[in-house]
Amino acid sequence: MPFSTLSDLKARLDAGETTAVELAKQYLARIDAHNGKLNAFVDVDHQHILEQAQASDAHRAKHGPRELEGLPIAIKDIFCTQDGPTTCCSNILKGYHAPYDAHVITRLKKAGAVLLGKTNMDEFAMGSSNETSAFGPCRNPWDVERIPGGSSGGSASAVAGGMAPAALGTDTGGSIRQPAAVCGITGLKPTYGRVSRRGIIAFASSLDQAGPMARTVKDSALISSVLCGHDSGDSTSVADAPDVDWLKACEARDMKGLKIGKPKEYFVDGMDAGVRSAVESALAKCVELGAEIVDISLPHTASAVAAYYVIAPSEASANLSRYDGVRFGHRCENPNDLLDMYTRSRDEGFGDEVKRRILTGTFALSSGYYDAYYLKAQQVRTLIRQDFLDAFEQVDVIATPTSPIPAFKVGEKTDDPITMYLSDIFTIALNLAGLPGMSQPCGFVEGLPVGLQWIAPAWREDALLAAGSAYEAATDWTTKAPKGFGGAA
Amino acid sequence: MSWETVIGLEVHVQVNTNTKAFCGCSTEFGAEPNTQTCPVCLGMPGQLPVLNMEVARKTVLTGLAINADINLESKFDRKNYFYPDLPKGYQISQFPLPIVEHGHLDIPQGEGEKRIGITRIHIEEDAGKSMHEGLDGVSHIDLNRSGVPLMEIVSEPDMRSADEAVAYLKQLHQLVRFLDVSGADMEKGQFRCDANVSVRRPGEPFGTRAELKNLNSFRFIKQAIDYEVARQIELIEDGGKVVQETRLFDSAAGVSRSMRGKEEAHDYRYFPDPDLPPLRISQQEVDTIKAGMPELPGQLRARFESEFGLSSYDADVLTQTRELAGWYEALVAAHPADPKRCANWMANELLGRLKEAGKDISDSPVSPDGLAGLLDRIADNTISGKIAKDVLDAMMAGEGDADAVIEAKGLKQVTDTGAIDALIQGILDANPEQVEAYRGGKDKLFGFFVGQVMKASKGQASPGMVNERLKELLKG
Repeated sequence: MPFSTLSDLKARLDAGETTAVELAKQYLARIDAHNGKLNAFVDVDHQHILEQAQASDAHRAKHGPRELEGLPIAIKDIFCTQDGPTTCCSNILKGYHAPYDAHVITRLKKAGAVLLGKTNMDEFAMGSSNETSAFGPCRNPWDVERIPGGSSGGSASAVAGGMAPAALGTDTGGSIRQPAAVCGITGLKPTYGRVSRRGIIAFASSLDQAGPMARTVKDSALISSVLCGHDSGDSTSVADAPDVDWLKACEARDMKGLKIGKPKEYFVDGMDAGVRSAVESALAKCVELGAEIVDISLPHTASAVAAYYVIAPSEASANLSRYDGVRFGHRCENPNDLLDMYTRSRDEGFGDEVKRRILTGTFALSSGYYDAYYLKAQQVRTLIRQDFLDAFEQVDVIATPTSPIPAFKVGEKTDDPITMYLSDIFTIALNLAGLPGMSQPCGFVEGLPVGLQWIAPAWREDALLAAGSAYEAATDWTTKAPKGFGGAA
Repeated sequence: MSWETVIGLEVHVQVNTNTKAFCGCSTEFGAEPNTQTCPVCLGMPGQLPVLNMEVARKTVLTGLAINADINLESKFDRKNYFYPDLPKGYQISQFPLPIVEHGHLDIPQGEGEKRIGITRIHIEEDAGKSMHEGLDGVSHIDLNRSGVPLMEIVSEPDMRSADEAVAYLKQLHQLVRFLDVSGADMEKGQFRCDANVSVRRPGEPFGTRAELKNLNSFRFIKQAIDYEVARQIELIEDGGKVVQETRLFDSAAGVSRSMRGKEEAHDYRYFPDPDLPPLRISQQEVDTIKAGMPELPGQLRARFESEFGLSSYDADVLTQTRELAGWYEALVAAHPADPKRCANWMANELLGRLKEAGKDISDSPVSPDGLAGLLDRIADNTISGKIAKDVLDAMMAGEGDADAVIEAKGLKQVTDTGAIDALIQGILDANPEQVEAYRGGKDKLFGFFVGQVMKASKGQASPGMVNERLKELLKG
C-alpha cells in the first residue's frame, strides 16, 4: 500500500476494494510511524482528514465518484487552506489561518480529493534543500542524513517515504522538479498561466506555478487534469490556453520519430559523474524506443541563475512587504514606535535566507541600480526565452538532468548560499521562459535517486507526458522505494 | 526685479466606480470602518488583483476629454513603501507607461484662454486611512478606502499664479463631474491636490521646487501657494536657498511645515507588477468611449447661449454641472415657449431657494415638469410673476403642483373685466380727492390707484388689465 500509485488506489476505490476512510487511516498510520524521522508534514489534523474521507465515501455512495474521489493528497504549506494553519513554514505566519482556500485547493476539493495535511518546505519557498523551514529540516527517505531537495521538500519526502500517494508542490525555480528528482519521484511544473496562483502564497509572482508531485507520470497527469484551468481571479491565468488531453497523452509507449534536444550547456564539467551517466543511459533508452537525439545549444543558460537571483528576489521583496506585523502574522512584543514594530517584527519573523533575498531584491530595485540589475535581468530573460524558441524549431522536447548533483547532506551547504543556488542551475531557465517541465526518476548514484528532466514548448505538457510515459513503461524506476521505509530499493 | 511663480499640480481624482480597482468591494463612502474590505484589499497572503475595467474606461474618457493620447497598451507597476494603512506594502500604480499622456486644458485668462499642459493620467489604487486623534495615543486604521480607484492627473509646470492654479483646478473639477468619472467631492477626499511650487526671475531656468501636500479645498490651495511663494521669495531675497522638500499645509494655522527633505525622500523602487499583465485597450473600444462622450462644459455653454439666447452669465450658471444643465434642458422641453424665462426662474428663483435650504439640484422637491407647470400659468396670465413666487414657495414646501397650489389658495388672477371694473370703481369712489387731483393733471397718482386696486384684489387682479381699465375709467 504505502508505495501504491494514485491510479492504483483510484482503481481499488472504484472496484470497492477499499474506501477513502480506510486509505486515510492507512496513510495517517504511516505518517504517525515515519514523520518523526522525515519531518515531511508540519500539520496533520487526523480528525479533519477522516471527516473528509467519510464525506468522500458518502459522496461516492450517493452520487458516484468524482475525478479524485477519496484519494489522499498532501499539500505544501504554501497553499492557503480554510482548515488549519497556513504558514509557508515561516515564523512570521506562525498561527496564521487563511479565511479562504487557494483556487487549486477548491478544485481538489470539488474533485473529491482528501487533503492529507500540510507539508514542510523552505521558508516562503526560498531554498533548494528544505533547510530554511521554521519547522526544521525535512529529510530524504533514501538517506535521512540527506536533504529532500526544496523548496517542496516535504511533499517529495512524503510521497517518496510512502506517507502520501501524491502531493501538491510549487515551482519557482525548480521547487517541484529538483526535490522530485532527489527523492526519486515524478514532478510536473505546468506552463506559466496554466494553473491559478490565487491563494498560493507568492514568492516570485512571474515565476511561481503549482503542480503535482507523484509516483508516476500518469498520476501527475491525473492531478494536473484537475489543477489546471482558467481562473478569472488570477489575471495571469491564461483564459484561452490550448487544452491538453492529460490522460490520453500518457498512453504513449514508444518514441518513434520523437526528436529530443540534448543541450550541451546541461552536460558540463563539474556536474556529478553518476548523475551524468544515469541521464546519458536514459537518453540511450529513448533511442531504443525510437527517439532521435539532437545536439542543441541554449547559449544563454549560463546567465539564467544570475538573472533568476535578481528577478525572483526583486519580486519577493515586494511580495513579502505585507508581512509587517500590522494586520496578521507575527508582531514583536511592546514596540516602541512604528519603525521599531516593523523592524523587530520582520527581524524576528523572517529567517536568514528570506532576509537575504529581501535585501537582494530591495537593492536590485533601488534607484540607480534598477537598470543595471532588474532591467538587465529582464533582458536576459528575453534571450533565454528566445533560446528555447529557437531550439524548439529543431526538436520536439528537450531532455536534461534535473539536478547536477544527488541529495547532499543536511547542513553541508548551509553556509554557502552560492553553491546552494547552483543546485537549481538546470531547472531555473524554464521558469524564466514560462515553459512546462517534468522530472522523473531515471536511476541511482550510490543509492540516491537521479532525475531526468523533460522540457516542452509552452502549453505542450502532452509532449512531456508522452515522452515520460514511454520512458517510464520501458524502465522500472518508479517501482523503487526506500528500504528504510518498507520499500524494495 | 520681479519674481515669477511656477506651479505644477498633481490631482488625485477618485474614479466613481461601484467597486474597487482590483477587487469586488464597495466604494460607498461613510460605511463603518473596515466593513468594505476583503482578502484582496486587505493584502492577505496569496490574494491577487484583477483590474476593474470600468476604471480604465473612465480614465480613457477623461483622457479623450483633455485631448490626450491614449496608450492602447499601458502597464501597472508596484510603488513600494511601508505604511500601516498600505496593506500590501506597495501601491499598484502606473509609472513609465501610463494609460493617458500629453493632454491639455484651457483655462479662462482675461478675455481669452490659457492652455495648461497635462503630462499624464495614470491609474492607481488608494491606501487606507490612519486615524491618530482622540484615541488615547493609539492609532486606528480604516481600510475601506484601500483599493479605491484613483486617477492621478499630473499637469505641466504651466501655471504662473495661485489664481491660475485654482482656475485650472476648478476647470478640472467641473470636467470630471461632467464626464461622470468622479463625484469629486473634496470633503470626501475624492478630489485631492498636491502642488509643486517654485519661483524664478523671468527668463531664468526653473527654481528649486517644494511640494505642498494635503490641499483639500480651493481656498486652501490658494492660501498655501501664496504662502509658499512668499516664503520662497523672502528666503532667496535674504540670501538663502530653497531646498527640495515636501511640505504639509496646516490650514488652521495658514502655514506650511517641512514634512521631509530630499534626503528622506522615498525610493519607491517601482517595478512592473507581475500580478497584472499589460492593460490593453483596442482602438475600437476607445472609439466607442469617444462616441459616448457627453457634451463638455464649454460646448454646452456656447450652445445654451446660441440655441436658447441666454446671457453668458445664465449659461455659465446653468452649465456648472451636468445635472444642472440636464435639469434646464428638461425644463425647456416642458416649457419650450420661453427658454429665457426658464433660465431666469431656474437660476434665480429655484437655485436660490435650493441654496437657502442647503440642497442640490438633484434633491430639488420641484421637478422640471413641475416648474414648467408654474411657468405655463404665468404665460397664460393665470397668475402674475409675483404670485408665482409664492406658489413656488408652496411647491417647494410640498404643497402640490402649481395648479393645486393656485386652486387651494385661490390665487387665480382676476381677468374678468366686470370684476376688475367693480374693484376699480370701489377704489375711485373711496378716493374722490385723488381722482380729482389726477384728473387735474397729477399723473403720478396713477401708481397709487394701481396699488390700491391690486391690494383690494389681494394681488390676484391681472396687473395688465388693471392698468388698462384704470386708464379707461379714470378718464371719467
